[in-house]
Amino acid sequence: MKEIYFNADAGYLEGVVRGYRDGLITAPQYMNLTQCETMDDLKLQLATTDYAPFLQNEPSPISTSTLSARCTDALVAEFQYLQQNSAEPVSRFLEYITFGYMIDNVILLITGTLHERDTHDLLEKCHPLGFFDTMPALCVATNVQDLYNTVMVDSPLAGYFRECLSAEDLNELNIEIIRNTLYKAYLEDFYSYCQSCGEPTSSIMAELLKFESDRRTVNITINSFGTELSKDDRTKLYPRLGNMYPEAQIRLARADDMDQVKSILEQYGDYKRMILSANMNASSDSAGGSDMSLEDIFFANEVQLNKDAFEQQFHFGVFYSWLRLKEQEIRNIVWIAECISQQQKDKVNKYTPIY
Amino acid sequence: MSSYGGYAKTALHSAVTGLAVWAGLYLLLTGRGERFNVGGYLLRISPYMWGLYGIAFCIGFSVVGAAWGIFISGSSILGGAVRTPRIATKNLISIIFCEVVAIYGVIMAIVFSAKLGAVNSENGFSSSDYYTGFSLFWGGLAVGLSNLICGLAVGITGANAATADAHDQQLFVKILVIEIFGSVIGLFGLIVGLLVTGKAEDFAGVI
Repeated sequence: MKEIYFNADAGYLEGVVRGYRDGLITAPQYMNLTQCETMDDLKLQLATTDYAPFLQNEPSPISTSTLSARCTDALVAEFQYLQQNSAEPVSRFLEYITFGYMIDNVILLITGTLHERDTHDLLEKCHPLGFFDTMPALCVATNVQDLYNTVMVDSPLAGYFRECLSAEDLNELNIEIIRNTLYKAYLEDFYSYCQSCGEPTSSIMAELLKFESDRRTVNITINSFGTELSKDDRTKLYPRLGNMYPEAQIRLARADDMDQVKSILEQYGDYKRMILSANMNASSDSAGGSDMSLEDIFFANEVQLNKDAFEQQFHFGVFYSWLRLKEQEIRNIVWIAECISQQQKDKVNKYTPIY
Repeated sequence: MSSYGGYAKTALHSAVTGLAVWAGLYLLLTGRGERFNVGGYLLRISPYMWGLYGIAFCIGFSVVGAAWGIFISGSSILGGAVRTPRIATKNLISIIFCEVVAIYGVIMAIVFSAKLGAVNSENGFSSSDYYTGFSLFWGGLAVGLSNLICGLAVGITGANAATADAHDQQLFVKILVIEIFGSVIGLFGLIVGLLVTGKAEDFAGVI
């Protein structure tokens, strides 16, 4: 029955987000982009897309990093329009989406401070969507307790620090553990918030967040091979949701190499299909085949799930899905730009197609 | 304190039920059972009240349905038109379908109110007057509720049509067909309202 009152709070913004989604670059336009010879050609082709107002004032030999920064500016401008025009309950949902970026910013600032980087440069590298008021004060961080007591307790991320206050000093390994613990708490909190939103938001967001959680589980497992992260610590980093919770997570925690991971993933229909296509392509002739890694397969599956979210109307999932699709599009554009600028045109078609 | 809310609700329910059971048993066991006379109570209510309630429900619920449908479609049309301005003019037809539901309510209210009149007889209301009152009540309720639901249906489908049209122009006419089927429901209510009050004569009193 949500349809009868959803539009009172969110009808206009849903229409706007669907308009943004219609502005995503389509397959014919990607063909044109991949056939560009220089960065100027690429800029010319991008002038017919939604990125035009942000690229037109850039001086002509445009670099990949500038291109990436301007595209991200376009994304941020669109998202901030949504945030500025929203009220409860949409504003709360959009806030939840920004917490992920806040976590990345916090970790970036802590790492940079420990390596004695300049605070001004660090603040410029932060993602604009994850900005919160007390963020610049993070640059005085020395250990986690201080960090929490002086800065984080007033921020929206305060509740996520509960599980990582026991980390002693901030070395490289611990910072990654902190990042993953924060993100785990954030995913679980986001999931329970979406469940409280009612159908159909809850079921659509549940799909998306469960896949995200499974993907993080697999990535944490693979990345922890060969580090000094113990099996127990690894288990503590897995988010407690998703198709792999709880059985596969217990088995993945004990895995030691890629073959064991693959055999565990083959138990699940969806992931078996994904593993098979990764395997087949890796063993085929790489000049002809499409040679996708597991990471690429995950990206492709995520794109498909996000596209499916637009099939239903009157739910909040469209905001999350559009943001993820737009980010994937920016990754694609940057990939194509890198291939062009480094003259490696044979790899230019390895972007993840969206439409 | 949400736990006290549960206790308060139980207390209220049991108090009301207890009072009703006590009153019923009192009447029954002291031989006054005849006093619980529903039919007599209904006949003591003036047929003017039934008739006017009917007219109020008719126009009131129809307007609620129309307004609800208009805001559902309108907000989606506005959102979609930010990027695709061409949809704004064509999708006004969804708004018009919702508006038509309110017009049905007004027409029926005018037709019903034509049957009201002063009763100048000193013998009170005739049985034909009672029939008029009852039929105006139920006819008005039929028109009002069906227009309410029709407005909702057309509104939601209109929002879907606007969203689909913004994405792909050819989908609009196909979804419009669904909307037309939805707006026929309001027409059914109108027809039933006319049939039910068709035989009702104007208020006249015992001659």
